[in-house]
Amino acid sequence: MAKLEYDKSGRLLFTKEMKDEYTILLPMMAPIHFNILRNVFTHYGYKTVLLDTKGPEIAQVGLKYVHNDTCYPALLVIGQFIHALQSGKYDTSKVALMITQTGGGCRASNYIHLLRKALVKAGFERVPVVSLNLSGLEKNPGFSITIPMLRRFAAGLVYGDELMLLRNQIQPYELALGETQRLVDKWISELSTQFAKGKGFTAKEIDKNMDDIAQSFTEIKIKKIPKVKVGVVGEIYVKYAALGNNDLEAFLAHQGCEVNLPGIMGFMLFKVDNRLEDIKLYGGSKVKYNVVNALMQYFTKLEASLIENVKKYGFMAPSSYAHTKSLVDGVIGFGSKMGEGWLLTAEMLELTEAGYGNIVCAQPFGCLPNHINGKGMIRRIKAVDSRANIVAIDYDPGAPRVNQENRIKLMLAVARENLDKEIKDAASVETEGVRETAMA
Amino acid sequence: MKIGLDIGSTTIKCVVLDDENKFIYSSYERHYSQITQKIGEILSKVRLNVKGADKACVALSGSAGMGVAESCSLDFVQEVYATRVAVNTFIPGTDVVIELGGEDAKILFLSGGMEVRMNGTCAGGTGAFIDQMATLLNVDIEEFNALAQQYEKTYTIASRCGVFAKTDIQPLLNQGARKSDIAESIFAAVVNQTVSGLAQGREIEGSVVYLGGPLTFMSELRRQFDKVLDTKGTCPENSLYFVAAGAALCADNTIDFSEVINKVTKYTGSGNFAFNQPLFKDKKEYNEFVSRHSRADIKGKDITKYKGKAFIGIDAGSTTVKGVVISENKELLFSKYLSNSGNPVPIIKAFLEEVYKKCPDIDIAGSAVTGYGEEIVKNAFCVDYGIVETVAHFTAAKDFMPDVEFIIDIGGQDIKCFKIHNGAIDNIFLNEACSSGCGSFLQTFANALGYSIEEFANKGLFAKHPVDLGSRCTVFMNSSVKQAQKDGATIEDISAGLSLSVVKNALYKVIRTSSPDQLGKKIVVQGGTFLNNAVLRAFEMEMGTNVVRPVISGLMGAYGAALYAMSRGTDKKSTILGTDALADFKHDIKVANCGMCQNNCRLTINTFADGRRFIAGNRCERPITKKSPSKDDNIYEYKLDLLRGYEPQEGARGKIGLPMGLNMYELLPFWHTLLTNLGFEVVTSGISDKKVYSKGNKTIPSDTICFPAKLVHGHIQKLIDAGIKTIFYPCMSYNFDEGISDNHYNCPVVAYYPEVIGANMNSVSKITFIKDYVGIHRKKDFPKKFTEIINKHYPDITLKEVKQAANKAYKEYDAHIERIRAKGAEIIAKAEDEGKPIFVLSGRPYHVDPEINHGIDRMITSFGVAVVSEDSISYHVDKFITGVLNQWTYHARLYAAARYISDKKNMNLVQLVSFGCGVDAITTDEVRDILEREGKIYTQIKIDEITNLGAVKIRIRSLLAALGEEK
Repeated sequence: MAKLEYDKSGRLLFTKEMKDEYTILLPMMAPIHFNILRNVFTHYGYKTVLLDTKGPEIAQVGLKYVHNDTCYPALLVIGQFIHALQSGKYDTSKVALMITQTGGGCRASNYIHLLRKALVKAGFERVPVVSLNLSGLEKNPGFSITIPMLRRFAAGLVYGDELMLLRNQIQPYELALGETQRLVDKWISELSTQFAKGKGFTAKEIDKNMDDIAQSFTEIKIKKIPKVKVGVVGEIYVKYAALGNNDLEAFLAHQGCEVNLPGIMGFMLFKVDNRLEDIKLYGGSKVKYNVVNALMQYFTKLEASLIENVKKYGFMAPSSYAHTKSLVDGVIGFGSKMGEGWLLTAEMLELTEAGYGNIVCAQPFGCLPNHINGKGMIRRIKAVDSRANIVAIDYDPGAPRVNQENRIKLMLAVARENLDKEIKDAASVETEGVRETAMA
Repeated sequence: MKIGLDIGSTTIKCVVLDDENKFIYSSYERHYSQITQKIGEILSKVRLNVKGADKACVALSGSAGMGVAESCSLDFVQEVYATRVAVNTFIPGTDVVIELGGEDAKILFLSGGMEVRMNGTCAGGTGAFIDQMATLLNVDIEEFNALAQQYEKTYTIASRCGVFAKTDIQPLLNQGARKSDIAESIFAAVVNQTVSGLAQGREIEGSVVYLGGPLTFMSELRRQFDKVLDTKGTCPENSLYFVAAGAALCADNTIDFSEVINKVTKYTGSGNFAFNQPLFKDKKEYNEFVSRHSRADIKGKDITKYKGKAFIGIDAGSTTVKGVVISENKELLFSKYLSNSGNPVPIIKAFLEEVYKKCPDIDIAGSAVTGYGEEIVKNAFCVDYGIVETVAHFTAAKDFMPDVEFIIDIGGQDIKCFKIHNGAIDNIFLNEACSSGCGSFLQTFANALGYSIEEFANKGLFAKHPVDLGSRCTVFMNSSVKQAQKDGATIEDISAGLSLSVVKNALYKVIRTSSPDQLGKKIVVQGGTFLNNAVLRAFEMEMGTNVVRPVISGLMGAYGAALYAMSRGTDKKSTILGTDALADFKHDIKVANCGMCQNNCRLTINTFADGRRFIAGNRCERPITKKSPSKDDNIYEYKLDLLRGYEPQEGARGKIGLPMGLNMYELLPFWHTLLTNLGFEVVTSGISDKKVYSKGNKTIPSDTICFPAKLVHGHIQKLIDAGIKTIFYPCMSYNFDEGISDNHYNCPVVAYYPEVIGANMNSVSKITFIKDYVGIHRKKDFPKKFTEIINKHYPDITLKEVKQAANKAYKEYDAHIERIRAKGAEIIAKAEDEGKPIFVLSGRPYHVDPEINHGIDRMITSFGVAVVSEDSISYHVDKFITGVLNQWTYHARLYAAARYISDKKNMNLVQLVSFGCGVDAITTDEVRDILEREGKIYTQIKIDEITNLGAVKIRIRSLLAALGEEK
C-alpha cells in the first residue's frame, strides 16, 4: 500500500508506488482524441479510466463543491471527478486524478487548485491530483512526461484530428447510416493496439497511418447534397465536450448541417508559438527561443503530414497553422495569448474562408479571454470577411438548452437562406451557360 | 392562404394571411403556460371562423413553439428570422427593427449588412422585466405608462437585470421618490439596456420600426427610444403580429387540422426533465412536519385589555412592512404583516393608528425600526432606535433558541444568513444583487401562472417529481421553467422545484456551503419566505437536518426590533409619535440634486408636519453637514488626488491621450512620465463621471463583461470628443513582478482590452490608436521594444531618448507606489492613535474610480472607520504558499493584504468585487480562507453599475455590529 507523501507546500504527491497501485481517472473532452491518447498512458504503465459519465447530476455536484461563478468547464470537470469518487465504483484509496494545466493567464490554470479545494470539501483530501502540463508546474515522483511520451501524445492528437476531420466531412452524407462511426471506432482500436505495442509514433509510421486512414474514408459510399456548413470554435472544453456544450455536434447534425471543428493540434501549436511570440514582443533568451522553435517545427511537420494526406484523397484539408495565423494579422495582436487567444479569432476567419462561415462561437458564461477574442472580435471579423455569420453561445449550468438552440436556429435560418441563394445562383449560372452554348 | 402562430413566453399570437399577404384574421391570447391546449383551441377557432383555413399552409414560431413543432411535425420558423421576413414584406425599406417581447429583446439591422441581435443569457430590459417593475409599483401596465407621462426627473437605475434594478428602485420608493419618476426611469433603463446590450457598436439609424407587446402598448417606452436614438420610429399596424405573420409567410406545407389538433392536445412532452425527491412521502410525514413546527410559538395577549408597558418593533422591508407590539413579558399584543406598496410611511401611520385605537392608554416604553425603510420611518415617526437588520434578526432568533448557531432569513428580496460564535454575529452572508430574487420571485411566478402564492406553494407539497431548476439567477429560471413545462412537468412539480431553487440559491450561492455541518446544528430559519412550507421542507431536505421555524417567522425582524427596544431600558417613555401627533402628520417629498461634488447625488428631501426634514439618496454626509469628507483617513481619496496631479505639460510633439480605465489607474504615473519626457502633451480622460459610461456604452460587444471594462469605451470616446488625435492604450499580458506571486500576469480583460476597443469603436479608426503589446516587466528590454513601437508613428524618437524617459518613468512609478505605502502607514498609525478601526478596502487599482466604487470608501469613513487599500500594505508580506496558483500581480496583493492583517486586531478586510469578474471567483475564496483560518470575518461587496448603497450599508453596519463597533 503506497504511503501518502507530501511536498513542502503540503501538496499530496503521486508516488512511484502509486503508479503501480493506483488507477488514474481522466476527464473526457474530445472522445476520439482522448480514447486514443489514453493508450499512451497504458504503454507507460499507468492504469487509467476515461470518465464518460453524463447527466445533469455532474453539474449539480460541481455546483456543490466549486465556487458557482467559476467557469463552467471547471464545474463540469470537477463535478465529474467527485461524482465518480462518490459513485462507489472506485476504491478511493487507490485512485488518483489527472487534470491539465496550461500555466497561462486565464482562470484555467487554477482548475487544479479548485479541484483540490473541492476534494477537501468533499472529504477526498487523500486522493492525489496529477498536473499534466508542459510548463514544469507541479512535479510528481510517480509521473513525468518524457520526450518519447510527448511524441506519442503528439501522434495521438494528430490522428484524432484527422479522424474527427474526416468523420465530419463524410458522416452527414453517408448512405449506410452508422458506417462512418464504425470506421472511426475501428481506427481508434487499431491505433490503440499500435500504441499499446509502442508503435505508431515515428514520422514514417504516422505518415503511413494517416494515408491509410484517409484512403479508408474514400471507401464509404456517400451522396453529396447541399447542406448548411457550420464551423464550431470556442473555449476548448466547451468546443469539444458534449457534456459542456449540450451535445452541440449532435444538435447540428440533427438540423441537417455539416460540422467543422478545427483540430486540437492547432491549439498545441498556438500554445508553443506563444512562447516564441513572448520573446519577440518583450525580449528573452535566444537559447530558449531555439529549443521552443524545434518543438514548433516538430508539430508543424505532423500538421503538414495531415494536410497532405487528406488532400491526396480529395478531402477538404485544414489550413496550415501559419496560414491561419496570417489571417489575423492586423485584426488582433499575436500577443493576445490567454485562453484560446488570437487563435479563436483566426479559426473563425479560417472557417469562413473555407466555406464554413456559419459559426457557433461557444464559451462558458463569463469566459474572460472570449470577451476579447470571441465576442470582442466578431464585429471585426465581419468587416474583414462579410460571409461570416456568427452566433456566440454562452454555456453554464443555468443557461437553458432551449435558449441556446433557439439562437443557433436563428444563425441557421440565415445560413439556409444564403445556401438557397447560392444554389439558385449556381443554377442560373449553369442555365446561362447552357443557353450560351446553345446560341453558339 | 397561410397561417402563422407565434408561441411566446407568455402569449400566443395567430395570424391568417390571404394569398395577397393581407391579414384576414388575427388573435392575441395569454397561454398561462398551457401551451398545447391553447394551440389546439386557437386552431379550432381559426377553422371555425376562417373559411378555407383547413387548406392553408401552417408554420409555428416563437421561443416556446420549438418543441411542440418538432413533436407534431409542424414547420418551425425561428422567430427573429420570421420578423425579418415579415418586415421585408410589409414595411420594405426598413433599416432597423427593435422588438421587445416577454423575455426577449431583439434588434435587427436590415440594411447595409444584415445582422440580427438577440439578448444573451441576461434577459434584463424585457417585457417580463417591465411587468415585474409594475408589480413592484403596484400598478398595471397601462397605469405604468400613464405614470411615466407625468415624470419630472429620472433616476439612474441599473438596467442589467430585474433583480439589479429592483435593488435600485426599492430604496428609492422607501425614500419617498415619486412613482411617476420611477416609471420613467425604468423605461430609460430598458432603453439603455437594449441599446447598450444589443447594438454592440452598430449605429441605429435610418427608418426604425418598433414591434412586440411592450412597444405596442407603451407609448412612453417608444418616446424613450426615440429620445435616446434621436430618431422617430414607427410602430406599425399589427405590430404584435409580425412574428406570426413572418411564420405564415414562410409556411409552405398544409396540415391535416384534425390530426394536428388531436396531436397537439395530446402532446405532453418527453417527461424527460431532471427532478428531485418529493418533498413529502405521504400525508403522515407532512402532518408530523406541521406539528413539529407549530411548537416554536410565542404567547399572545389581547391588546385591548392590556395594561402596562409595551414596546413597538417595526421592520420596513423591501416588499413587506411588519409591525409588532409586545408586552414587558415578551407576549405578542398585536402584529401586522402588510405588503409594501412602494411607500412605507402611510402603512406605518395606519399601523400606529390601529394600535392606539385598540388600546388608547397604551404605555409605549420603547420602539425600534429596522429594514430598508429604517431611516425614513425612524425620522417620520420619531422612533427611538434604528438598528441594522442582522442585529434585529439575531435578537429575535436568540429568543427562540438561546444557543442558536446559525440563522437564515429569506425575505422578499434578501437572503441574510449569519453564523453565531460566542454569542456574537461572527460571519455574515448577504445575497449579492444577482441572486436576490428569492421570495418576491416565487410571488411573481405564482401570479404569472395565475395562482396566489399560498395556493402555488401548497401545490408543490405533494409533487411527485419536483423539477430540478438549478441555482442561478431568476431570469434564467424563467426559461428553465419553460423548458421543464415543455418536457412535461406539471404545475405541482414546478412549484416544488422553485421552492428547492430558492433553497439551493441560498445554500450554494449565498452561503456557499457544501454540508450542513459547516453551518452548525442549531439553525433558526425565518423570514416571510419560510412561512411557505414547501420552502421550509426543501431547506430541511437539502440540509439533511431539522430546523426551527418560529410561527412568527415573517415577523422576526420586527419582533427583534421590539426586543431590542426593550433591552435598552423599560423605564423610559418612547419618543414615537402619539395619537395627537399622528393626527397632524404630514409628509411632503421633494427631489433635488446635491451638486456639492461631481457625484451630484439625486436627493429626496422629505418634510414632515412639524418642519423636520429628512434627506435621502446621499452617499456622504456632505449635503447634511455641508462639510467635505475627510481625506486624512481615506486612502482612496488620496490615491485619486495623486492621479489628478498628473497634468498635461505642453510638449513639442503635440497631444497624446490616455484613457483612465482599468490598469491606467495604476500605471498613469509611468506612462505620463515616459510620454511627457518624450515631448508629448499627455492628456488623460479624467476620473470617471456619470456621463462617461453613456458616451461609450453603444460600442460594448460583450454585455456580461465587468463594468470597469465597459467604462473604458466612454473614456476613449471622451478623449476623441475632446479632439485628441493620438491615443495610447497598450496591451499588456504581464504586469510588474512584485515578488509575492508565482507569476505576474494581468487578467485577460485588463491585458487585452485595447484589442476590444480597436475592433469595436469606429471612432478610433479615424485617429492614431496605439495598442501595441508592451512588456514593462522586462526593464532592460523595454526601451528597445518601446522605441520600435513608437517609431511606427514617430520615427524620429531615438532609443537614447526612450532610455532616459523610461528611466524616469520607472522611478516615478516606484515613487508613486512608495507614496501610497507611506500614506497607508500614516493612516494606520493615526487610526491606531485615535483607537479607530481600520478597513482594508481591497480590490484592484481601478476600484478607486468613484463611478466604480460608488463612494463605498466614503460611506465607510462616515462610520468612523479609516480606509486603506490592499496595495498600501501588501508589501509587508513575503511570498507565501497559497491554496491557488498565485499568478496575477494585482490579485497577489489581495492575498498578501489578507495575510498581513490576519493577526492585526484593529484591521479588517472588505473586498470589492466587480460583477462578472471571473478571476474573483478564485480570489474571493482564497482571501476568505486566509482570513477565516485566523478567525477573521470576511466581507465581500459585489458592485456593478448599481448606484444604491442600501445593501452595502447593511453589510458594513453588520460587520461593525459584529465587531462591536456600531454606535
